Order: sequence, then structure tokens, then C-alpha cells
Amino acid sequence: MHSKREWAWGYLLIAPMALGLAVFYLWPIVQTLYLSMTESGVFGGYTWVGTANFADLFTDEEMYGALANTLLYAVLVLAGVPLSIVVAALLNVPGLRGLSLYRTLYFLPVVTMPAAVALTWSYLFNGDFGAINHVLGTVGIDGPYWLGDPDFAIYAIAVVGIWSSIGYNAVLFLAGLQGIPRHYYEAAEIDGAGRLRQFFRITLPLLTPTTFFVMVITMINALQVFDLVYLMIDLKSPALEGSRTIVYLFYETGFVQNQRGLAATIAVILLGLILVLTAFQFRLQKKWVHYE
Amino acid sequence: MSRPRTWPAHVFLAAGALVMLAPFAWQLVVSLQTLPDSLRVPPKFTPSWQWSNFADVFRSVPLARQFLNTVVVTAAVTAGQLLLCSLAAFAFARLRFPGRGALFLLFLAVLMVPGELFLIPRYEIMMELGWLNSLQALIAPGVFGAFGTFLLRQFFLSLPRELDEAASIDGANPLQIYWHILLPLVRPGLLALGMLTVMWSWSSLLWPLVVNTDPEMMTLSAGLASLRGQFLTNFPILFAGSVVASLPVIALFVVMQRQLIAGIAFTGSKG
Repeated sequence: MHSKREWAWGYLLIAPMALGLAVFYLWPIVQTLYLSMTESGVFGGYTWVGTANFADLFTDEEMYGALANTLLYAVLVLAGVPLSIVVAALLNVPGLRGLSLYRTLYFLPVVTMPAAVALTWSYLFNGDFGAINHVLGTVGIDGPYWLGDPDFAIYAIAVVGIWSSIGYNAVLFLAGLQGIPRHYYEAAEIDGAGRLRQFFRITLPLLTPTTFFVMVITMINALQVFDLVYLMIDLKSPALEGSRTIVYLFYETGFVQNQRGLAATIAVILLGLILVLTAFQFRLQKKWVHYE
Repeated sequence: MSRPRTWPAHVFLAAGALVMLAPFAWQLVVSLQTLPDSLRVPPKFTPSWQWSNFADVFRSVPLARQFLNTVVVTAAVTAGQLLLCSLAAFAFARLRFPGRGALFLLFLAVLMVPGELFLIPRYEIMMELGWLNSLQALIAPGVFGAFGTFLLRQFFLSLPRELDEAASIDGANPLQIYWHILLPLVRPGLLALGMLTVMWSWSSLLWPLVVNTDPEMMTLSAGLASLRGQFLTNFPILFAGSVVASLPVIALFVVMQRQLIAGIAFTGSKG
């Protein structure tokens, strides 16, 4: 093909998407960076305040609370990742029947609207008539008001977060497991290594690239948690203090209190946090991820 | 080698599957209970066939309208994504033009930025356009996506070059090659992206919550949130709404699960 004409076709076919990304993605990034340095007036409009918003948030207790809650949530959800490895390893057992049925069942929470999931679990976690406290009661434990108590709320939300993502992560792990060449296991079998030993000596090390990827996306998603908190915790509940996440604070600040400049600053801080923690994970991976 | 025993795996997997399934089963049961039954201690595990919960939920919020809104928005966003992403992906994978590499890097950069950074300026754009409380406010930003472009580009790259060359010699222009020859061959990619988009679009909460505050213009996610504000702990009503809201995507998943799972496994292998 004539190369000039090929150029023209290339630009033409990319144009719709490129324009859309420019308007709805790139421009907003620039604009948010700018707004983070402004204060929004009562009747609209923005005035430049430099780094004052950052300074304000730096001494803001709610911001620190949100940061601590979000980090705790992320750590809890990351701690749940091994569950998905176990599920994937079990699904990968040779000759297992019913694989696709199991996969469907484990995947149900992933395809269910988070708002509906959150409502279901707020029923189960209810302090008075919830099933979880009922079960705890039968073994003599007096369960707390999970979603009304700032000391417990984020743990309850993390349980739901883990439950909703087991199926998704297990699919990723299963793909990783299926990529491990059979001959490693055959060699181990000849050496007389048992199933459990094979799992720890072959499966886990060779799965580490997938594990790393899952840890990174799980962390990034966890740092942006909003839906579950918004639907499980009442707006006026004292538990909000212990479960208000960064994105929740962003929503409250920007769209309940209409302080958009300050909200933009929170979004920028979230971006910074995600970048720093992702970079940290990439640094750390050299110590534990095996690439063949 | 003897066939390994699989029953220990079944024991664990079945127990786990029960934990996955039980909340749904229970939601369905409670959606058919009376309010006093739903508050019993110890819990009652059988429905009381209170079908009126479903009628009540449709009466108290414009649920039918919100259902329709969600269907329209999801369909439009998915169709738009499939068309625009595949066009851009085709160009990135098959055509040579100056700046292609840099443009693609820019697309990838967009992928790394958390969604909250787009929210406030998008809200202001919608305000400027007078699109607050409209369906187009939900559709317009949704049809553009770097992820879909990236995903489909990989599918286009996997097809042999000879296909385009042969068609090109026969006088086909790139648009014809895209539409008649390559697009049918990336069907698995389109189905995977389509399923992922349906799932995300159907469930998304933050943007719809912010941009459409009129109950008539809400999607189901935001509708459920407002239902909760209205009914607090009247779980039979809340669950009737939840069942209506989540069932369509669950049903679609049961039919199309292979495509969705292929799409997700793909994000893992190329991520």
C-alpha cells in the first residue's frame, strides 16, 4: 500500500478513540492536577491556593484516618490472596470432574453487582439478627455490632472484599498453574517427592509471576475501595470513622460537601500512594519472583 | 501412573463453593420473607412466599425505569467500546504511521491512572454540556477505554499478516480489511471484551451516583443505594431489589462464562 495513504488510514481509524481518551481521560488528569491547587467557591469557580490543600490534608485527622483504614483494608485483602491459590491448585488437580461447575460457583460473587453483594453481607453481619453472630453465639462467642463499631467494620468489609475476588483471582492463578510444564512434576515424582512437597517446591515458586501480578492488581483495587463501604456502613454510623476509605472521603468531600478543589487533592494523593506502593512492589519482586 | 484420588479436592472445593453460594441462596429466600420473619433469631431458612416484596420494591423506587436505564447504558457502552476499541486496535496492530509507538504508550499510561482522577473534570464537562441527570452522561465516558484497545490489539497481532496482504493486493482498503477479514477472526476477543464491559458497566456505582441524582435517571447500582437509605433494615424489600438488579448479569454469565473467563485469564497472561 502507498505509505502516505496508510498513514492517513491509521490516523483516521484511531481518531475517535484518541479524541475520546483526550477528552475523558487525559484532559481530566491535567485538570485534576490543576484543581488540586485550587479552592472551589460556594457559587462555583476556583481560586488558586498553591499547595495549601496538601498542607491542610497533611494535618487533617480524617485524612489520616482514611489513609490508615485504606491501608489496613489493602493488607487484609492481600492476606486473602493465598485462598485463591489454594482454590486454583485444587481446581488444577488432574482428572478432577466438575471443574466448570466449581468455576461457575466461585465466580458468582465476581459477576454480581457489588451493591447487591454489600446488601447481602450487611444482613449477615447484622449485630442483632445476623447469621454470623448467630453462628458465633452457638460456640459461645458474643459477636460485636460488626458494621456499627469502628473497631470491627473494616474487617467485616475486608471479608466481603476477599469473598468477592476469590473467583477472579483463582481464574488468574489457574491460568498460571496450567502454564507450568508437566515435566517438572514428572521429574519430582521420579525423585519420590510427595504431592505437598511438589506444591511447595515446584508449584509455588513457578507460580510467583502470577502471584506478583495478582498482588499488584489486588492492591491497586483495594486502595480504591468505595462501593462496599458506601453500601455497608450507614452515613451517620460511628463505624464510618473506622471504615472511611480514601475514595469515600474523596466522594464526601467533592460531592456531599462540594469542595471539589480539596477532593481533587485527595485524588492526587491517592494517585501518589498507588504509584509509590506499586513501585515498592516492583522493587520487592526481585527478592521473591522467579522468572524462568 | 495410577489415577490420583480426587475426593479430597472435592471436599474442600465443595465446602468453599457452599460459602460462595450460600449468601445468594439466602438472599433469594429472604427476598420472599415477611419483615418479622427476616428478623428472627435464630434465623429462619425458609421463604414465607411474600411475593408482594417484589411489587413493593417496584412501587417505592422507579426500579423498572432504573432497570431500563441500566440496560440502555450497558448496551450502548458495550457496543461503543467494541466498535471504537477494535478500530483503534486494528490500526495499532496493522497499520504503520508516524507516532504510533508514542500514541500507544499514551494509551497505556491512561490505563495506570486510578479512575477517581477523571471524576471531577468529567462532572464539570457534563455540567457544561447540561448533561447532568441524563443517560448520555453515563454513556459518553464509558465508550472510550484504553484497556479494550490493548486487549483487542493483542488479538489482532496474533493473526497472520498474509491475510491483509492478500486482500490489499485485491484492492481492499484498510477499512474493508478490518471489517470483512480481520474482525470476524477476532470474535473471541470481542466476546471477552463485551462480557467484561457488560459486567463493569452494569455494576459501576461511583460515577452514576455522582452524575445522576434524579431517581428516574439512576442505574440499578445507585438505585439500590438509595433504596437502602429508604428502607434501612427492611431486608426483604432490599433483597427483592438486589435480586432484580443482579440476576441479568448472572444469567448472562452462566451462558457466556467461557468467553468472560478467557478474557480475565488473558489480562493475567499479558498484564
